[in-house]
Amino acid sequence: MEDFKVIDNYLMIRLPNEIDHHKSVDISSKADRYIMSQKVGNVVFDFERTTFMDSSGIGIILGRYKKISCFGGKVYAVNADGRIRRILMMSGLQDIVEIMD
Amino acid sequence: MIEIVDKRDVAAITNKMQIEFAAVSDNESFARMAAAAFITPLNPTMEELSDVKTAVSEAVTNAIIHGYENRNDVNDIVMMNCVLRGDVLEVEIIDQGVGIENVKEAMEPLYTTRPDMDRSGMGFAFMEAFMDNLEVHSDVDCGTAVKMYKKIGISPWIGSEE
Ligand SMILES: Nc1ncnc2c1ncn2[C@@H]1O[C@H](COP(=O)(O)OP(=O)(O)O)[C@@H](O)[C@H]1O
Ligand SMILES: [Mg+2]
Repeated sequence: MEDFKVIDNYLMIRLPNEIDHHKSVDISSKADRYIMSQKVGNVVFDFERTTFMDSSGIGIILGRYKKISCFGGKVYAVNADGRIRRILMMSGLQDIVEIMD
Repeated sequence: MIEIVDKRDVAAITNKMQIEFAAVSDNESFARMAAAAFITPLNPTMEELSDVKTAVSEAVTNAIIHGYENRNDVNDIVMMNCVLRGDVLEVEIIDQGVGIENVKEAMEPLYTTRPDMDRSGMGFAFMEAFMDNLEVHSDVDCGTAVKMYKKIGISPWIGSEE
C-alpha cells in the first residue's frame, strides 16, 4: 500500500510496489484530498518500493503538478531506479519534476 | 481453394496461450503477470520482462478504460493471445469496444482523449519503445486489436539506448 505523510509544506507519498491504472485512481484521489485539506504546496513522490510503473504513473505526477504549480508548488521524485527515471525522461517529466537520489 | 504464400521470414509457432478476462482494472496486473510467466522459459532478462509487462499493461488498460469506457462491467471481455515463434513473442490484446477513429493520431505521444482521467497520452509511445514492433487495427464501434512483437534473450546492453 502507498502511504501519505505531511511534513511542513510537503506531501510525501510513498508509492506502492506496482503503479498501474488500477492503483493510480486511488493514489491520485487521496493525494488531492491532502492537497486540498492540508493546503500543502509541494509533493514528493518516493519510489523506493516501486519496481513497476506504466504510463499511469506519469498521469499521477502530471495531474498533481497541475494542481499545485499554479500556486508556485514543486514536484519531486526520490529513490527512482534506472527504469523509472527512463520512463520519466521519455515523457519529458525532467522539465517538471526535480529528480533526486 | 485458397492458397497463401507468406514470404515473411518467420519461424514456426513453438508455443501459444490465450486468455479471456473481464474488462475490470484488477485484471491489468493479472494480464501482465500472465504474459511475463509465459515467456519465462526463454530466460528473459529483468529488462525484457519489464518491457513486456509495461507494454501489456498499457494495451490492457487502454482496452478497459478507452475501449470499454471504464464501465468495469464483467460482461465486457478482453482477449490476450500470446504466441512464441522460437525466441520471438507475439502478444495481441483485443477488445470489442468503441474503437479508434484515427489510429495514427491516437498513437502520437501525449495524445489523449481522457485528460480528465489523468491519462498522460504515453501508452502507445511506451508500447512502441519497449517492444520491437507494434501493429494497431481498429474500427469504430467494432473494437481494437493491438499486436506487439519482441525478440527475447538479446543482451540488455545492446537493447538499451543510453
Ligand atoms: N483500445 C482502445 N479503444 C478505444 N480507444 C483507444 C484504445 N486504445 C487507445 N485509444 C485511444 O488512443 C488514445 C491514446 O492512447 P494512449 O497513448 O494509451 O494514451 P492514454 O491512454 O493516456 O490516453 C486514448 O486516449 C484513446 O482515445
Ligand atoms: Mg493508455
